[in-house]
Amino acid sequence: MTISETPVAISTVTVSIDGADVTIPEGATLLDACTKAGVDTPTICYAENLTPVNACRVCVVEVENSRTLVPSCSREAEEGMVVQTDSERVRHSRKMVLEFLGSGTDLSQAPQLAPYMEHYGAEPDRYGPEPERMNEDVKVQDDLYIRDYDKCVLCYKCVEACGDDAQHTFAISMSGRGFGARISTEFDATLPDSACVYCGNCVAVCPTNALQFKTEFDLRAVDNWREEEQSVTRTVCSYCGVGCNLELHVQDDTIVKVTSPNDHSVTSGHLCIKGRFGWQYVQPTITTK
Amino acid sequence: MFGAGGGTVSYKEIEETDVVLLWGSNAREAHPIFFHHLMTGLDNGARMYAVDPRRTSSSKFADLWLGLELGSDVALANTVARHIIQTGLTNDEFIAHSTEGFEAFKESVEPYTLEVGSQITGLPADAIAEMAEAYATAETAQILWTLGITEHHNAVDNVLSLCNLALLTGHIGRWGSGLVPLRGQNNVQGGGDMGALPNKLPGFQNVTDPEHRAKFEAVYGVEIPAEDGIHLTLMFEAMERGEITAAYVIGENPADSEADINHARKLLEGLDLLVVQDIFMTRTAELADVVLPASVGWAESEGTVTSSERRVQRVRAAVTPPGEAKHDQDILGEIARRMGYDWGHPTSEDLWEELRGLSPMHGGMTYERLEAEGGLQWPCPDLDHPGSPFLHGWLWEDDLGGRGPAPFSPVVHAGPKEELTEQFPIRLTTGRSLDSYNTGVQSGGYDSPIRYGEALDVNPADADRLDIEEGEWVLVSSPRGSVEMPIRIQPDIPVGLTFTTFHFPELVDINQLTNDAWDKRSGTAEFKAAAIRIEKLTSA
Amino acid sequence: MPDLHLTVDRASEAEAAAIDAALAAINVDPAIVVEEERLVRGGIHRKNERRHGLLPALHALQTESGWISPGGVNYIAEMLNVPPAEAFGVASFYEMFRVDEAPDHTDDVVHVCVDSPCLEFAEAKIAELEASGKHVHRSPCLGQCERATTDHGPALFIQGRAAANSVPSDEATELWDLPQKHDPSLVLLRNVGRIDPTSLDAYVGAGGYKALAKAFGLGAEQVVEEVSTAGLMGRGGAAFPTGIKWRAVAAEQGVKYVVVNADESEPGTFKDRTIMENDPFSLIEAVTIAGFATGATKGWIYIRGEYPLATLRLQNAIELAREAGFLGEGIARSSFDFDIEIRRGAGAYICGEETALFNSLEGFRGEPRQKPPFPTTNGLFDRPTAINNPETLLNVLPIVLDGGAAYAATGTEGSSGQKLFCLSGHVAKPGTYEVEIGPTLREVLDLGGGVTGNLKAVLLGGAAGSFVGPDALDMPLTMEDTRAIGASLGSGVVMAFNDTTDFDAVCIRIAEFFRNESCGQCVPCRVGAVRQHELLVRSSGQVMNGEVELLKDIDLAMKDASICGLGHTAATAVRSAIDLGLIGS
Repeated sequence: MTISETPVAISTVTVSIDGADVTIPEGATLLDACTKAGVDTPTICYAENLTPVNACRVCVVEVENSRTLVPSCSREAEEGMVVQTDSERVRHSRKMVLEFLGSGTDLSQAPQLAPYMEHYGAEPDRYGPEPERMNEDVKVQDDLYIRDYDKCVLCYKCVEACGDDAQHTFAISMSGRGFGARISTEFDATLPDSACVYCGNCVAVCPTNALQFKTEFDLRAVDNWREEEQSVTRTVCSYCGVGCNLELHVQDDTIVKVTSPNDHSVTSGHLCIKGRFGWQYVQPTITTK
Repeated sequence: MFGAGGGTVSYKEIEETDVVLLWGSNAREAHPIFFHHLMTGLDNGARMYAVDPRRTSSSKFADLWLGLELGSDVALANTVARHIIQTGLTNDEFIAHSTEGFEAFKESVEPYTLEVGSQITGLPADAIAEMAEAYATAETAQILWTLGITEHHNAVDNVLSLCNLALLTGHIGRWGSGLVPLRGQNNVQGGGDMGALPNKLPGFQNVTDPEHRAKFEAVYGVEIPAEDGIHLTLMFEAMERGEITAAYVIGENPADSEADINHARKLLEGLDLLVVQDIFMTRTAELADVVLPASVGWAESEGTVTSSERRVQRVRAAVTPPGEAKHDQDILGEIARRMGYDWGHPTSEDLWEELRGLSPMHGGMTYERLEAEGGLQWPCPDLDHPGSPFLHGWLWEDDLGGRGPAPFSPVVHAGPKEELTEQFPIRLTTGRSLDSYNTGVQSGGYDSPIRYGEALDVNPADADRLDIEEGEWVLVSSPRGSVEMPIRIQPDIPVGLTFTTFHFPELVDINQLTNDAWDKRSGTAEFKAAAIRIEKLTSA
Repeated sequence: MPDLHLTVDRASEAEAAAIDAALAAINVDPAIVVEEERLVRGGIHRKNERRHGLLPALHALQTESGWISPGGVNYIAEMLNVPPAEAFGVASFYEMFRVDEAPDHTDDVVHVCVDSPCLEFAEAKIAELEASGKHVHRSPCLGQCERATTDHGPALFIQGRAAANSVPSDEATELWDLPQKHDPSLVLLRNVGRIDPTSLDAYVGAGGYKALAKAFGLGAEQVVEEVSTAGLMGRGGAAFPTGIKWRAVAAEQGVKYVVVNADESEPGTFKDRTIMENDPFSLIEAVTIAGFATGATKGWIYIRGEYPLATLRLQNAIELAREAGFLGEGIARSSFDFDIEIRRGAGAYICGEETALFNSLEGFRGEPRQKPPFPTTNGLFDRPTAINNPETLLNVLPIVLDGGAAYAATGTEGSSGQKLFCLSGHVAKPGTYEVEIGPTLREVLDLGGGVTGNLKAVLLGGAAGSFVGPDALDMPLTMEDTRAIGASLGSGVVMAFNDTTDFDAVCIRIAEFFRNESCGQCVPCRVGAVRQHELLVRSSGQVMNGEVELLKDIDLAMKDASICGLGHTAATAVRSAIDLGLIGS
């Protein structure tokens, strides 16, 4: 009799990152190699719990013998690759990507990008008086989350989380083309009319707060969203027996947001409507009025 | 059949399995994040057969939905078993080495030819054969079930009939293959682990075993009764006989959740003393003599819970309980103190450490490890043990890990207790919807945009026949009671069957209709099958 | 998705019937089958297998209703088990699909080309059409650039409502009046204008299907060998060696595909249309040989949606070939099974990018994929795929017939064989011209009767190419010579501009073309193309100062960091115009 066990990957590859050799498991990406080498890499559309779509291009690196720069988030490391992460070409493209986004999108609630903007010297204002922008109004269609597409960088993360990377509901898709592309339901139907099941996984992966829990939106509206004061406590959801881990974000002894850790084997960061929003019976002491 | 009760596989395994039989489970709505793992498995190429009287949202992911007659699960499983045997697709080596009672089992399923199975289940013989062959020939395969299997008067037979299929094919005890009962409550598994069963001590150790009792008595310093206790359903029967006159209810809402609810409420009202410990003023709490406000288990308290994949995980306090609400363990400690036992003020971790010393399957799980390793799956007997992704690997060991072979369990088909009659010609079954939970006391706390409230799902043809429209309020009656509720016309429900959730008892008291016929072995009532009739409201 | 959620909108009976017919025509049955009341077949796998029906279904809906109606989308969603949001996302990607119910949605739509060389005639024509009450759509290049003359005006394409699409100029022509039709040295265009393109007999009579017979004799491996020896390079623009591509696919196991990239959309390009309209059987034969050589059993032709005549002729050719046993099981009494299916694009330049084409054909948005992996291992439906341009494939016929070595001996050292050039703009006789590679730019222009007026610049390779000045007239039009000056042959576009040209307008239109045609997937291209266009509009007619630096910055980021060739080349033509002093000085 034989017992089959989980197969374990053992092969490795070695690549050079800025002159230093880094050994990583076969199948790992250049971004993994950069991280292992201690090289900080900006990312926007990348998330550890989603399939890389390599759309934002801010993580590009220079690979020897490659005509163009390559996105580190999705490029599988190959034995002997020689990678530069801080060459002039890399710095230029990263700067331009940040500049392009800053020139057309409201990045005011994406504070994680600010240090990179500064580091790469991005000047989003240099495209003249009135560069075309996303120019979208906030959509508030229910009590659970809002969509502020003026802040959208079209990173596809919400589409992936709603789609086959997690929820398989496909309530939203990229629509249109070029600069007119937008994340949308069919014919821009309201969320309650759409296939949305309010798992909130799209909100959890949004890098720019274009998707925002209503609790956060309301607290921001009264200038009472104080993220720096919030504690985050890990626990387990009380609905059903799957054992999803929750991170309770608490401000003023009140739960204000629920997320799930990306690195947990049960959820990979994804929840259902009950886990994401079903906490509201826990008595609040905060006010949004 | 295999000892300690728990899902035999890890969620991760379904991402790599080849065939899934989803049997009596609407995991898409009741276990959404487990279903993520299942959908990954389908994306990776797994084939799925969904067995359910309703074409549920889960069934729509299946390659084939088999809408069997409600309550014909044993007949279907036995027919599948017979077909696997007839077509020579059994795993003979496994049967010979790891099981016993095959010959008797083979004989027991002999009557369940494809024709007979087809007749009882209402499914085409070809479809049954297709599912049987897919399951038997798969490299790895899993059977998943939920309350569609267990909320029947013959729940244990239903489960055993599925276990038999795993034994026939060797789809158990290997990575990717197994039997998966999905747990409905966040700690129904943990409750069992901790001995909240009438016949078990923590760690699934038997109350009737003197050695097991002695171990606990030595630590607890009290004598433990040597006889099995009784489960909830028997408690209600004992109340009826006047043998139980007081009840202490912790975190349960039987005045809404029991089948044949009018009867249950009357019994609760007739008690001499009813103590309710809860975080909500539930309908049960309203009947109570004493209400003890508790803190929210997962947000205001420290402790552990166990998931459907036997993963023990930590819950933690993030916010302060309101008012006088206290942690369950502190309330119990206070009551003990008033009764003359001073337990001191143990922390959750103190209690867990005691448990670790008494329950071998939890022996290796310190709070520190649970924290660092994202929870651990039992059995995890010692500190060096990594936990167990799947159970019953011993079936594949040369010496069966020193155990005896796993027995086949011949079972026979018996339909729902309540047969359809001229007076009550329609089937009613119940279940969950995605955004709500149980009697709605928790899920009622948020404003779900997809909540449609309570409604009776009926097939368009039935609606036509009864001359009722979408949204129309009707009178629904079973032999036990009547409720008024609105109609939702649903093409996904077969003719003759109706469905409703049970999340809004304040709107529609559906358990006035459900049947409390129950399984003597599991103690579970047959929520899944009542006989009803639908009448137009005269004023309409 | 399996648990579809649909809005209340329902398709009309006519819409449902049109969609049903379109799906039946490509043998796509419903993804969800109710076999009995209590037995339903469905799920993810059936859905995945049918997703490629989406584009044909959307075409049917658009034609039936004049727009992509919500009810129609819901019907398609149910038939294919595709989420409506995704179907909408796909529909809204394409020029030919309208997702808004404008008052005039039921009219025919007259697409008027506004790209060079039609640009200079476009506005007058649009004004005329609009005055007569027509519903006009400003279209990117329609692939009829040879017609852009003072007599004819801009290229037109009529998108019919409840009627076939058409091109007005097609109606008059039976046998094409090929400028070179009396030239006996023609290889690729040998049949064009000489034999009836609707007759298999005529094709066989002119030596058709001899190459296939020869290929069967040589064996698959040897055919790949001959193609490699020939040094054939792709004629779509990237100039990748065809032999290497085929060898890689031949080495793979399992289901494999051959795809013809007939989404000819590079502004200034119309040579593939010339072939497909006038010699469809040659392409069918060549695809069959490609399938035989690479071990593929299915070929797909993805043809741009604005080529109704070419589509018709190819469809006819496929049907006749199938009837005659040149397609299907056991082709020409061999043991080789092969068939071909045509798919129409719906108006998206980006779908000429090979991986975007795969996505489009599979029923997804035509967004390019990151490479690697390459199509030779992960192509159409994630299977190994040989994808070639029609002109490239046509070269396979002489290679098989005469041998790779003979072919390699023609042309120049770095560029073997024959090449088609699309002459347009300010030349006396615009059209498709064939040469044995080697003639200079001047000689090629002279084939078309020479430049009218004083030559100011030539756009080589299309909008994705670059401008060269009169000083390049004596440069041989070879891969190696163009590469040496930082230009490329691209798809063979040779568009002449004389000194009457408003280059500001030409360059603004090129920039607008790219901002419109960018799929929007990656930031450098999505935003960069817009910023480039804005800059050009703002500095139009002025001397550029700081703008040049900014344009260079944009160009570099798009070249370095975009996902695909569209972004890589979107600023090339503008940069070359600035360098030549055509604009900004």
